[in-house]
Amino acid sequence: MKIFRSHILIGIDSISQMQKIRDIEKILKAEIKKNGLEEEIKVIESGTLGVFGFGVTMLVYPEGVYYANLDETKIKRIVEEHLLNGRIVEEYKIEPPEAKKDLTIKGKQERIVLNNVGLIDPRNINDYIARDGYKALEKALFEMKPQEVIEEIKKSNLRGRGGAGFPTGLKLSFTAPIEGEKFIVCNADEGEPGTFKDRLIMEGDPHKLIEAMILSGYAVGARKGYIYIRGEYKLSIEIMQNAIKQAKQYGLLGDNILESDFSYDIEIKKGAGAYVCGEETALIESVEGKRGNPRIKPPFPGVKGLWGKPTVVNNVETLSNIPSIIVNGADWYKQFGMEKSTGTKVYTILGHVNYPGLVEVPMGTTLREIIFTYGGGIKGDKEFKVALVGGAAGAFLGKDMLDVPMDFDHLGEYKAVLGSGAVLVMDEDVDILDILENLMEFFNHESCGQCSPCRIGNPTILRLIRKIKTNDNLKGNEWETIEEIAEAMKETSLCALGQSPILPISSALKYFGKELGR
Amino acid sequence: MIVDEIIKKYEPKEENILYILHDIQDSDPQHYLSKEVIKKVSTHLNISLSQIYGVITFYTMLSVKPRGKFIIRICQSTPCHLMGSKSLIEHLEQLLRVNVGETTEDGVFTLETTSCLGVCGVAPAMMINDDVYGNLTPKKVDNIIEKMRDE
Repeated sequence: MKIFRSHILIGIDSISQMQKIRDIEKILKAEIKKNGLEEEIKVIESGTLGVFGFGVTMLVYPEGVYYANLDETKIKRIVEEHLLNGRIVEEYKIEPPEAKKDLTIKGKQERIVLNNVGLIDPRNINDYIARDGYKALEKALFEMKPQEVIEEIKKSNLRGRGGAGFPTGLKLSFTAPIEGEKFIVCNADEGEPGTFKDRLIMEGDPHKLIEAMILSGYAVGARKGYIYIRGEYKLSIEIMQNAIKQAKQYGLLGDNILESDFSYDIEIKKGAGAYVCGEETALIESVEGKRGNPRIKPPFPGVKGLWGKPTVVNNVETLSNIPSIIVNGADWYKQFGMEKSTGTKVYTILGHVNYPGLVEVPMGTTLREIIFTYGGGIKGDKEFKVALVGGAAGAFLGKDMLDVPMDFDHLGEYKAVLGSGAVLVMDEDVDILDILENLMEFFNHESCGQCSPCRIGNPTILRLIRKIKTNDNLKGNEWETIEEIAEAMKETSLCALGQSPILPISSALKYFGKELGR
Repeated sequence: MIVDEIIKKYEPKEENILYILHDIQDSDPQHYLSKEVIKKVSTHLNISLSQIYGVITFYTMLSVKPRGKFIIRICQSTPCHLMGSKSLIEHLEQLLRVNVGETTEDGVFTLETTSCLGVCGVAPAMMINDDVYGNLTPKKVDNIIEKMRDE
């Protein structure tokens, strides 16, 4: 193997692509060649580097230096001064907060889902294999019975990262004993505002998801899996399709996987823009080629799902935990996180923070640490006001919640949710009424209209909020009415969409009743 | 004709409908699904016209109305809203002299709003056809639109 004295990581993701990172990469390679450094320095295309808002960035090893806002002139200087002469160009450097830098660069043990993201080339299956990829599959197929795979996942206490936190092993165990045709479905219809972790997982480490899908299929006895990706995620679709093709070439998908008796195939389905399709039964309808109207539950998909067959639906992040659990065992996995919420959680940090981005931290990490350590604190020396955690269907968490461990159970105690893991941070200047109006516009737009509470409730709440906003002929009981409607929606709506508005509304009123004129 | 080729590419199964509709719409210079096209898909998949129409109108990415060469989809979800997308929408309406949902007279631009695009790290953001643009300011928007006009 060739030894390089320096490696440069270029993070290709949807965000960097739009900043023309490919052009910069070409210039970089040309400059390296021009200076005769091709044998010494290797440029690696990888998934996201997890740092946003700084234009085109790259990461130079072994020093671990981030260079930001790159253009042709800067590249030329970096090649000349840093790569050729070993002097770091301080003025182009950015310093992500220490903890985050650590996490990104060293790939600490806490990175289970993202352990390869930003380090491997997602378009090359060999990169994944070199980092123990498909080892879990080999272990499962040749050393474990399907039931043992389920037991291991059960023992790990892995819970669904899509929002509800349902135990993944238990879900698998519902479907496994049922005879006949079954399906595995991966929910990659990531539409919760402020969430982009699943996209970056797929774009940074697609084979991990494929391996997890095969393992799930083996565990329950399914022979076909579908990954439903939202239509807007062009790059994710392309990378996943390429990864499936490669896995087929390597005999990891298709008939008699690794010459075992097990056969399994994966197909990608493309969404077309509908938030409600993130709801599992709506998603199933959409995979079947219908309008994404949620179904009545029960029966749950595990018993009656895709085309009426038992179907296990899991989120991208949930699935991406499975290969590590199978390779390292449930006991290893349980050392991370909390007792009842084991493992890690991937968060997207955004809004008024210095470093918007993506982090994976143990379950139970506090909001304070996420915002102030990993997010680098509030932008422009302003005060922290509140964070909307878990997406639009999440809750506002104020200063009093900064030190509560964030996991399914602790947040549940405070009527909050982990949700999708989006942490939208707001500074002191934010107008909460304006944010609530925006949230209600969102729910109103995305309601599928199938059940009355959601179809009628959302526009009614929106109208009332607009009345309050314009101070239009107020009776004084508007907030009471809004809460009543949202509560009724929670009780009577068919799916999570209609059940959601109560969370942001009641949590906003808890903190900002006075500001909202209650 | 392209539409026939696209339809033939997929097995006549209901589950392929979104792929077929996406591909046809992408191949159409006006980015929409015409009555004639819907009829063809209906025959190929053996699904009623009303059902297909129901599917198309359910999903925001699909349209039964002719649209411009460039479809601007500006995100209005909370993270982008927090970072100022509302004023950008107004700016675009003025710049293009259309309201959201409309196409410019010359048929070049259609202005639409969208829910979260999943690029919130660089909010506010928009998509023009398949490309994403982030960290937008009115000036940046002006430049992008101008460049597109020249194309």
